[in-house]
Amino acid sequence: MDAPTPQTEPMPTITYGPPIAMLAEVTHRCPLSCPYCSNPLELTKRDGELSTEIWVDVFRQAAELGVLQMHLSGGEPASRRDLEDMITACRDHDLYSNLITSGIGLTEKRMVELKKRGLDHVQLSLQGVDAEMADLIGGYKGGYSRKMQVAEWTTALDLPLTLNAVVHEKNIDRLPEMIDLAVAMGARRLEVATVQFHGWADKNRAALMPTREQAKLCGQRVAEARERLKGVLVIDYVPADHHADYPKPCMGGWGSTGLNVVPDGRVMPCHAAHTIPHLVFDNVKDRPLADIWEHSSAFNAYRGFDWMPEPCRSCDRKTRDFGGCRCQAMALTGDAAATDPVCIKSPMHAQLQAMAQADAEGDGELTYRTMPT
Amino acid sequence: MIPETGVPRLLSGCRTKHDKVRGNWVLLAPERAIKLDDIGAAILAETDGTRSLGAILDALATKYNAPRDQISGDVITFLESLRDRRMLEVA
Ligand code: SF4
Ligand code: SF4
Repeated sequence: MDAPTPQTEPMPTITYGPPIAMLAEVTHRCPLSCPYCSNPLELTKRDGELSTEIWVDVFRQAAELGVLQMHLSGGEPASRRDLEDMITACRDHDLYSNLITSGIGLTEKRMVELKKRGLDHVQLSLQGVDAEMADLIGGYKGGYSRKMQVAEWTTALDLPLTLNAVVHEKNIDRLPEMIDLAVAMGARRLEVATVQFHGWADKNRAALMPTREQAKLCGQRVAEARERLKGVLVIDYVPADHHADYPKPCMGGWGSTGLNVVPDGRVMPCHAAHTIPHLVFDNVKDRPLADIWEHSSAFNAYRGFDWMPEPCRSCDRKTRDFGGCRCQAMALTGDAAATDPVCIKSPMHAQLQAMAQADAEGDGELTYRTMPT
Repeated sequence: MIPETGVPRLLSGCRTKHDKVRGNWVLLAPERAIKLDDIGAAILAETDGTRSLGAILDALATKYNAPRDQISGDVITFLESLRDRRMLEVA
């Protein structure tokens, strides 16, 4: 169990609009062990997880604060036996509920019940396009066929299905098959997300970093498929930013659109914010969610533009990309306030590109994430 | 183009809601929350899955006292954009 989190000092109030979405990481437990999991290396154990009552109350607070969409994630959210009650709570507070799952732990009976409780949408992760690849990446034998079953139950219940495929060096070339599979499975949306090197993925850079050519081909294929499948399948694409010239707009601006509650109740501006060591996170067990959103020092650390150093400070792109990703700046420069090295204006840019190139050429054994007890 | 006899219907997992905190209507869909202006909200209020596009245009023209052929273009464009994004189908 964690020690009680210290509360942060009162800060000058910076007023922001209310958050649109909340990511509820209800557990770190998961039967899979994907080598790119964004969970922290220090996983929360079962007895450190928030109770049903607290989660239900947090959902109420989130709805009052202005959250519209509740993403239930983990770990594997189906590892919580009270998932059904959480969906009920979402419906009671008129939150749009999205179940982000590997499918393992769901049965047909559970799916019927979840639908009855008001589940709005299922997002199923796809580790590969066949059992061999998927079970290798997920590190779980038989996972692929159970996933296919869950997809069938989902569409049979007329629940919208999104497939989420994390692409990396080992599977990115099979994108056309992923797209065909998504259509065949009756998915409405496909998310193609190039692996992000936070959490466990950072241990697997050499094994997972796609080459510049792979990334380029992937982008072309997405563009072609979007055109061809208009009205059939929507494709969202997160390109490989290590091979780009400008960074992605991090979360639409730090602390501006969403928040993330982790299994033990700490509230973070993004799912990787735990990698910034000096940030202090408040806990829903100690403070109301609205108070945390407005006053938590972790949320205020990189809000707005005042914290920015050069070259971001005087750059006219700052309102578009917010200086890039804080977690990436932290990981690559040791300073979370630095310009994201993905940016061509960063003094570290050349070094990052060289490193990405070396990792792309490199190979390596996969290091799998482990299971919290 | 959606024919006047076509019946538009929001797909499962796509619904409108009045956002009390921000004071406007939104369309909630998989991974999307779309803020609706008054026109979008009015169109979706008439899109009940049983009425045809023609009937929806009639209703909007009467309700807002607007010439039918002037609003039809906007209504069709709006509904088609939702169809392209897999939020709506036309039977
Ligand atoms: S800092 Fe931003 S882009 Fe980076 S992991 Fe966090 S949310 Fe994502
Ligand atoms: S300098 Fe900063 S604000 Fe400008 S493009 Fe680069 S990351 Fe974005």
